[in-house]
Amino acid sequence: MRLDVILRIATKIFLPFIFMFAIYVQLHGDFGPGGGFQAGVILAAGVVLYTITFGERKAKEYFPEKLFEIMIPVGVLIFLLTGLYSLIHGYNFLDYTAISHHGTHGQHLGVLIIEMGVLITVSGSMVTIFYNFINRD
Amino acid sequence: MILLTLMAIVVIGIIRFKNLFNVIILGSIYSFLMASILLVLDAVDVALTEASVGAGISTVLMLSALYLTKRNENPITHNQIWPLLIALITGALLVFGTYGMPEFGIINTPMHNHVGGEYLARSISDTGIENVVTSVLASYRGFDTLGEVTVIFTAAIGIIAILKKTKTKVK
Amino acid sequence: MIIINQFIASYNYFIIIFLMIAGLYIVVARGNMIKKLIGLSVFQTSVYLLYISPGKIIGGTAPIINDNYTLYSNPLPHVLILTAIVVGIATLALGLSLTIRINEEFNTIEEDEIFNKEEL
Repeated sequence: MRLDVILRIATKIFLPFIFMFAIYVQLHGDFGPGGGFQAGVILAAGVVLYTITFGERKAKEYFPEKLFEIMIPVGVLIFLLTGLYSLIHGYNFLDYTAISHHGTHGQHLGVLIIEMGVLITVSGSMVTIFYNFINRD
Repeated sequence: MILLTLMAIVVIGIIRFKNLFNVIILGSIYSFLMASILLVLDAVDVALTEASVGAGISTVLMLSALYLTKRNENPITHNQIWPLLIALITGALLVFGTYGMPEFGIINTPMHNHVGGEYLARSISDTGIENVVTSVLASYRGFDTLGEVTVIFTAAIGIIAILKKTKTKVK
Repeated sequence: MIIINQFIASYNYFIIIFLMIAGLYIVVARGNMIKKLIGLSVFQTSVYLLYISPGKIIGGTAPIINDNYTLYSNPLPHVLILTAIVVGIATLALGLSLTIRINEEFNTIEEDEIFNKEEL
């Protein structure tokens, strides 16, 4: 094909590690630096790297545009519904004690859930923005 | 201190260069320097975000926007005195304002004696989360974060509305 | 001597102010839209420093609770700036998309040329 063999092989090698690192940053947010925002952006960066090396059409087979567009509102909804859940159960909005009463377990779970919501929205919107920019040719 | 000086030099470069490609790459360098400074200032979470957002995604977006538009900036034609004057007057006022600011790195400042220390003391017993930044972000100030996620959502929707190519054909 | 010490103790503020007025100058003086957006982001980044640098305590560590340390820097500005960065990229992307649309419509991204074309 073209002369970018090294680039393509390197992308293939690096991509699992980038996604792995994103998941690590996401789940390790309680104990070290990290969280939904950073993980979402790193995840989006992996998709952007794949799109740049392999071209638009092949990238959209593995990472369909529709999926990322749906992810944007889903993340916000996860966040909102978590808040409403505690509201329905008689606590303040976004008070995670409603989820579990064993000490700080509820707080841990709540933080994990809303970080997941943040991750979904951020990565979805970043990839959608990038796809829309390159579509505009 | 050296890093701060380097940042000032990079910004002078950003002002001087006419080729927008150079300017964007300098902007990326600027973001990396900013991330290192934030790391020195103990803001590890912010440094991670700045390195991935400022130097990664925003550079990619800028370059793809540049690909769709023009490569070079036009030479300046109109008068440069007024913008410079406005900037200098603002700068002088701000320098005057620094006399009221606390010195760098001392502990007895107003911002350390209020809510910040409270978060540090109570995070473990309230939430059981070691990283105070995460606990404040997600738990104490969860409503703030919800609003912020909504801002990103709105921006993404706006970009889809502006740029998405619709399939309906104009006749 | 006192003046030099004062200067070093406030050096971070001077650099922040320089970055701020540089960003302001780019936004006001340059006509190119992408350059304006970069100036805006330089301005924004200087505000990050303005928030974070007073939160640092010399001898403190990052605000991750551990038994080995007792002195931590202030976590509150970190949280505020963390959200500000991500909002910043979202608005920057929105501005870039508007620039792309303007380029398609007017075939230029220089302010003066757009004004000239509108007058015709």
